[in-house]
Amino acid sequence: MKTQIIDLHVNGNLRTVTVRSADTLLYAIRGKLGLTGAKPGCLNGDCGACTVNVDGWPMKSCLMLAIEAVGKNVTTIEGLKNTPIQQAFIENFAFQCGYCTPGFIMNCHSLILKHPDADDATIKEWLESNICRCTGYTEIEKAVKSVLEKN
Amino acid sequence: MDVIGKSIIRKEAQDKVTGRARYTHDHHSNTMLSGKVVISPYGHAKIVKIDTIEARKMPGVRAILAGEHFPLTGEDIRDRPPLAVDKVRYHGEAIALVIADTPGQAKKAADRIKIQYELLPVVHSPIQAFQKDAPLVHERLGEYIKEKHTSPVPGTNIATHIKIRKGNMEKGWTESVTTVEADFSFPPSDHVAMETRCSIAEILPDGTIKIMTSSQAPFMVKQLIEKYFNEDIGKIIVETPLVGGAFGGKASVQLEILAYLGSKAVGGLPVKILNTREEDILMSPCHIGLDAKIKFGADHLGIIKVAEIRYLWDGGAYSDKAIDLTRAGAVDCTGPYNIENLWCDSYCMYTNHPYASPFRGFSHSELSFAIERTMDLLAQKLQIDPLELRYRNAIKQGHTTPTRVLLNQSNVGNLQKCIVRLKELIRWDEGQIKEINNRLVRVKGISCSWKTSTIDPNAPSGVILTFNRDGSINIMSGVVEIGTGTKTVLAQILAERLKMNVDNIHVRMEVDTQTTPEHWKTVASRGIYMAGRALLEAAEDVINQLREIASIVLRAPKEDLELADSRVFLRDNPLMGLHYKDICYGYQYPNGNSIGGQIIGKGNFIMRHLTHLDPETGAGKPGPEWTVAAYGVEVEFDRRDYTYRLVKAATVVDIGNVLNKKAALGQVMGAMSMGLAFAGRETFYFDEYGRVLNPQLRTYRPLHYGENPEYLVDFVHTPDLEAPYGARGVGEHGLLGMPGALGNALSVAAGVSLHHLPLIPELIWKTKEAKS
Amino acid sequence: MLPFDFDYYKPASLKEAIDLYQSKARNREKSMFISGGTELITLGRINLVHTEAVIDLKDIAECKVMQFEGDYLVFGSTLTLTKIEETNLFPLLTKTASEVADHTSRGKITLGGNICAQIFYRETVLPFLLADSQVMIVGPDGVKVAPINDIFKEQLQLKNGEFLVQLATDKRFIEAPYISIKRRQQWDTGYPLITVAALKMGEEVRVALSGLCPFPFRSKKVEDSLNNREWPINDRVDAALAELPRPILNDVEGSSDYRLFVLRNLLHDVLEGLGASF
Repeated sequence: MKTQIIDLHVNGNLRTVTVRSADTLLYAIRGKLGLTGAKPGCLNGDCGACTVNVDGWPMKSCLMLAIEAVGKNVTTIEGLKNTPIQQAFIENFAFQCGYCTPGFIMNCHSLILKHPDADDATIKEWLESNICRCTGYTEIEKAVKSVLEKN
Repeated sequence: MDVIGKSIIRKEAQDKVTGRARYTHDHHSNTMLSGKVVISPYGHAKIVKIDTIEARKMPGVRAILAGEHFPLTGEDIRDRPPLAVDKVRYHGEAIALVIADTPGQAKKAADRIKIQYELLPVVHSPIQAFQKDAPLVHERLGEYIKEKHTSPVPGTNIATHIKIRKGNMEKGWTESVTTVEADFSFPPSDHVAMETRCSIAEILPDGTIKIMTSSQAPFMVKQLIEKYFNEDIGKIIVETPLVGGAFGGKASVQLEILAYLGSKAVGGLPVKILNTREEDILMSPCHIGLDAKIKFGADHLGIIKVAEIRYLWDGGAYSDKAIDLTRAGAVDCTGPYNIENLWCDSYCMYTNHPYASPFRGFSHSELSFAIERTMDLLAQKLQIDPLELRYRNAIKQGHTTPTRVLLNQSNVGNLQKCIVRLKELIRWDEGQIKEINNRLVRVKGISCSWKTSTIDPNAPSGVILTFNRDGSINIMSGVVEIGTGTKTVLAQILAERLKMNVDNIHVRMEVDTQTTPEHWKTVASRGIYMAGRALLEAAEDVINQLREIASIVLRAPKEDLELADSRVFLRDNPLMGLHYKDICYGYQYPNGNSIGGQIIGKGNFIMRHLTHLDPETGAGKPGPEWTVAAYGVEVEFDRRDYTYRLVKAATVVDIGNVLNKKAALGQVMGAMSMGLAFAGRETFYFDEYGRVLNPQLRTYRPLHYGENPEYLVDFVHTPDLEAPYGARGVGEHGLLGMPGALGNALSVAAGVSLHHLPLIPELIWKTKEAKS
Repeated sequence: MLPFDFDYYKPASLKEAIDLYQSKARNREKSMFISGGTELITLGRINLVHTEAVIDLKDIAECKVMQFEGDYLVFGSTLTLTKIEETNLFPLLTKTASEVADHTSRGKITLGGNICAQIFYRETVLPFLLADSQVMIVGPDGVKVAPINDIFKEQLQLKNGEFLVQLATDKRFIEAPYISIKRRQQWDTGYPLITVAALKMGEEVRVALSGLCPFPFRSKKVEDSLNNREWPINDRVDAALAELPRPILNDVEGSSDYRLFVLRNLLHDVLEGLGASF
């Protein structure tokens, strides 16, 4: 039981992987599934670079064991296709080095789905979970608001 | 201008929003082994014993390196063993390296290495290091190999001493009616690039050394591996994919050396070392700290007549890039003010702190805090408006810099214009202080900065352009894409010069030192200046070749040909011409005869007229031009709690010319954000053993969403005549004035002079308490 | 990267969870109950937690409830803080919980995990201390229910093999006026310098604190001082400060002297905010 074969639902596909019970979801999706969009930034739940979406909610994949994800729907940045938030990030110059971007987008994407009418306070509450070291955050704010306004 | 100035979307944008952008750690193969470093838990201690017996028995372990004397490393002074032997000099110093099959196995084995230490007295600050009886960080400083222009003082903790001597100090003091003198200090801190550093090394059977690394300086990695380990430079290939933020921290070479040694220990198999966040903060080099002493003398109008400055830089345990930082701090030591009589001592001090690498601004945000706080103290003493005081003393053409470079219309921006624009932008005339209620008050603080880039006088940059068969062009440049968008701007410059659609210009994002022409290092806001110049030369080369072949086909002299819209055509009859696609791979006549071949353009650039500094006076030309800027920060301060909120932050920078509007704004705002975080929160907290107590992002806290102020950014345009399209470097400048402006705002708000960073409420409370 | 391996179990019932723990104990194997499991990962990766077996309580029905039962509002221990916030049945708890870590992390952090955490802030216990809630604990001896103020002494006093199942809170407290303030070293990110939660029951103010000492607490003596209406407010606050438990934290978040300075102002704000400052 220290190593298990588990089924993960990732981006609509059923994937069978062998993991240590102690492996995080981040380690499994990057190392076992080759989905390297989610990034390690702290492995401690502090930076949000590894954020994915689990059953509709944002999740720091470094804070979740892979085996905890069994039976849940996991969406990674690779599972998003031409979403408005991705386009808004491009148009608003909401990233520079791009390392925090997948995590930020996954969090924004979840926010837009859960709270299509999010106000400033809600946006702040959600987005303070991620660190961007390149921008001053105003570009990200513009990007997420541009999508929310369309709702 | 069609393309210059436009907010062209960065070329790698799609990759970055889809998770397809690849950074070093994203490159992985099943054959790759994992390296894990064991780091020192103490600031200064003798290594009594390293026991690796248990660790070697752990499953998956391939090799353990510890206790071996590898060649010493370090850019100016070779003072740093890749793995500590005999003693450790900072908390986080690498002591042992475990190579195992998986990261988990490597970590498990590393945890079983037992090391016995004997504690040594800790050097806690540059000031303490400077005392005569201070413990020595390096007992054998005199024996190290060093560069010619570095001056360590054996028997002390001084790694180098840069002197600036200008004018006549006695005359300066005589002409002064007022003096101000103050001390400032702050401990080291960190860059916190979101991508922690990662290096992969592999040695092929023929001796080829392949290194992939998250670096701003892949070409320096190549040079240093050659230099330190006597390897054949032609067999060293360094690759750098996209880099997840750098901010100067990835200009130092460290992890690459460990990966190289690790691979060597396992017969050349590929070895990857990925820093954890804790290792990235502790083991890898940090953002320098400073102890400063400033003394200004001024006449009754506030004109500064004389300055005496002492900077003690906290280089940490090893000198590496801190020597350069110390020099950079000296050459612009006065801030952007004309001071004719000047005495500055800039010392690089060894301490038992993590060692320093460059940090965005390269010593300038640090010295600016000291200078700009002193400017406000002077203004206060003379009862002159602080903005007016800066205006009166502003550096401009006709003045000379501390190292006696004569400034002209091109090599310095217009600071007075920046100040005037800032004044409007922050509504300075509405007053510096605005009462909200009996507790809250809104206060503005201001500052100015200047910066030149003290780069190696022979630093090169090269560009190669190749054509595709459809007439589109590929740019190959050694600039690393660290997030600044430089490679996209290079495409814009080429599009502008060739009057082409920028979509038809492709850039190679990755750098590979074997096939990419060298760009010295992606640092110092010099990417556009140097690579841009090389690119323009390559563009001329391409234009010439296009005209040459077109002149044959069109049977017209080259001089009569123009280029636009991917066509070469006759100036007086644009209909008669050729599309690039018909000539860029040679021209084929209807009967099959062909001439020419693939057009390949090349260009290179090296800085003109830079010199080393005179060791006694500092005289010399350290950099090509000075970018200047003025800043404002507005806070809402609670006079009961000493807490505050960042309301607005403003930067007006003389950018010369804007190449990509939104990208430039993004650079400036991002730098401001980083500067405010450095000024307001980020620092290392040390204990009595020299241990950093906050090596995680939950205790070392960069700015988060919503903590940022509203940003006000504007530009002044004084073109640098030597730079591509007149543009001045802008990647660092938003940061430089933030600590000073925030310190000035809070000093006014709290009614107490603040001299340390970070400016947390507790510091203000403590300073206030001490006063009352 | 967790540098140790463990067996992972996800029992479906209280009994199964307890039996698992005991069978592991009989084999001299160390096991750990988790629900969010964030500390297993964050402390485990730096060798501050070690276990040979993990018993994940998330699937146990009793641990997932969030509903009124008569006059009592019952929270299961494996509810995530986000879920509690989104449902917002207990506004004081919502407010206090919403300042823990960050929003995304709170989608993983659970009520039981936070109350029983090794990291000593345990801020979500504060509302329950104020509301004299009842806790349901299960262990080898079966289920027991106890007032939280009897069983939470710096931390929840759990014996080996026991874990927190539910907390029940009387409606009266849920509807009472409240205040919750988290003050940090700087701005809006990070551990508490001090978190204060307060309720007003009738004329009486109740106060519980985290971040002041290396444990959260509610102190009768502090409350008595604050509620002594014969004294002017400054004296009440002074008296309360004199009754604080020790030690006062002195760490990278702030010195003990500074914490006391901050607390003094916070207590004024609490009394004023709850209309008890006259």
